[in-house]
Amino acid sequence: MSGDAGPAADLGYSRSEIMIAASARQLDRVRNCFVGVGLPNIVCNLAQRTVSPDLQLVYESGVFGARPERLPLSIGDPTLVTGATAVTSMFELFAYYLQAGLIDVAFLGAAQIDRYGNINTTVIGDYDHPKVRLPGSGGACEIAIHAKRILVIMRQAQRSFVETLDFRTSPGHSGDPAHDAARGWSGSGPTDVVTDLATYTFDDATGEMTLVTLHPGVGLDEVRANMGWEPRVAEDLGETPAPTAEELRLIREVLDPGRIYTK
Amino acid sequence: MSKVASMRDAVAELVRDGDTVAIEGFTHLICFAAGHEIIRQRRRDLTLARMTPDVVYDQMIGAGVARKLIFSWMGNPGVGNLHAVRRRIEKADPAPLEIEEYSHFGMVCRYMAGAANLPFFPIRSYDESDIPKVNPNIRSMVSPYEDATEIHVVPPLKPDVAIVHAQRADAGGDAQIWGLLGCQKEAAFAAERVIVVCEELVEESVIRADPNRTVIPGVIVDAVVEEPFACHPSFTQGYYDRDNAFYLAWDEIARDAASLDAWLDEWVYGLANHAEYVEKMGAQLWDALRPEPAMSGEVDYGRYA
Repeated sequence: MSGDAGPAADLGYSRSEIMIAASARQLDRVRNCFVGVGLPNIVCNLAQRTVSPDLQLVYESGVFGARPERLPLSIGDPTLVTGATAVTSMFELFAYYLQAGLIDVAFLGAAQIDRYGNINTTVIGDYDHPKVRLPGSGGACEIAIHAKRILVIMRQAQRSFVETLDFRTSPGHSGDPAHDAARGWSGSGPTDVVTDLATYTFDDATGEMTLVTLHPGVGLDEVRANMGWEPRVAEDLGETPAPTAEELRLIREVLDPGRIYTK
Repeated sequence: MSKVASMRDAVAELVRDGDTVAIEGFTHLICFAAGHEIIRQRRRDLTLARMTPDVVYDQMIGAGVARKLIFSWMGNPGVGNLHAVRRRIEKADPAPLEIEEYSHFGMVCRYMAGAANLPFFPIRSYDESDIPKVNPNIRSMVSPYEDATEIHVVPPLKPDVAIVHAQRADAGGDAQIWGLLGCQKEAAFAAERVIVVCEELVEESVIRADPNRTVIPGVIVDAVVEEPFACHPSFTQGYYDRDNAFYLAWDEIARDAASLDAWLDEWVYGLANHAEYVEKMGAQLWDALRPEPAMSGEVDYGRYA
């Protein structure tokens, strides 16, 4: 895990837990959600048990409408298959479900993100002589342009919230809304970013990431210290609602009792 | 005609130095036993293709069988990195590894074009991504129809050999798969030679009783290998679960070239075949990985005599 979830024990929950709870609430009344590796797995499973019981969990491994009985260890866990609405070939999943525009929301993670929500999951350093070779696109570069909304969930740090990406794996906004509108993609790009410190939306006029809420106990200075550019801040900057007792119970007792994601 | 063979004979006959080899499987049905046999027979200069290179490709690349990797996502799923692959890409240690990368859908469509004998496959991916800048095989064209859409295209991928694992197959190679299907069908139809590995060899009548479940027909298959638990530490739906402890352990083993070599000595070179691996892992492990049953409902195909 990159970054440090930090001590927030006096609040009765960790920063990972508020990140998960705040992300799950983004899925309120969402129908078809493309679930990614790692944290999105627990976020979507929490949302299905709270704000969005009709949420259809879609996995790029070829599962539509998963009803996992345990927290999946990966996006290809056998628990996703048993009891699902449909299991498809990967061609079908990517062509008919994603490329044709059926997916309402998709989660993406990132090793690096910039102020317009462009994402790097390919390489740190030069492509031909990388400092760190990352996993690559997987389905991310196509999810980024086809899902109607993109939610980004990731821990915040100087090295991950960067002024300039080392590689653009998946496009976000361009900084020119006229250009973005003319792209003709079925998706509208990233709409929200949730980190362990704060939540962000993207400004309609400029496509720029905009700080909208700070998690309880987090100051603007800490947010600034953990990003590579001076953030745009909403005029009505608010506070992220704390996780409810029920959200915490589900996270701790049902979804992640081994504390793999929430330590 | 029976195509049943041992893993040793199938690999010896069908996998050759310099081949492009695809051991497909999207977290599910990844035929580790075939990868181990390729290592054991010391194949060299392979191009390994797969959407999601994971631990078995880390083992194979760490063992020195490959010079090139074609892929869309590499990693130890749910755990982290592939350390042997990274050493070769980042530090050319002990030798460089050529890479050619796509997205998931790009890889699927490459196999699709290969399987369908098409010159390319159009996809609405890669717009404003840097991937085409580092992979000149991803190109774009303008649709010849009225809308004149500009669209990316990917070339066919036709492996010399595809190795596909199935729950069951008959002696002729007709293979049935359930659970996550990945792109095994596309990879097999695209390949020049196909090895089917199965948990259970069954009578042809079992296949014919449920033809919708046949993913690969024997007509494209060259060899059938019955090899229980061949996918460990990956899983076979309905037969055994993923051995997550192994995936976590591999993260430690592969961090260091010497410990990776020691693992290969103990678990691959030091064993004659996968049956010995299964025995050495111990019955307790296999019992622990066995899921409770969840039977499918039956369907009535009807008899039309």
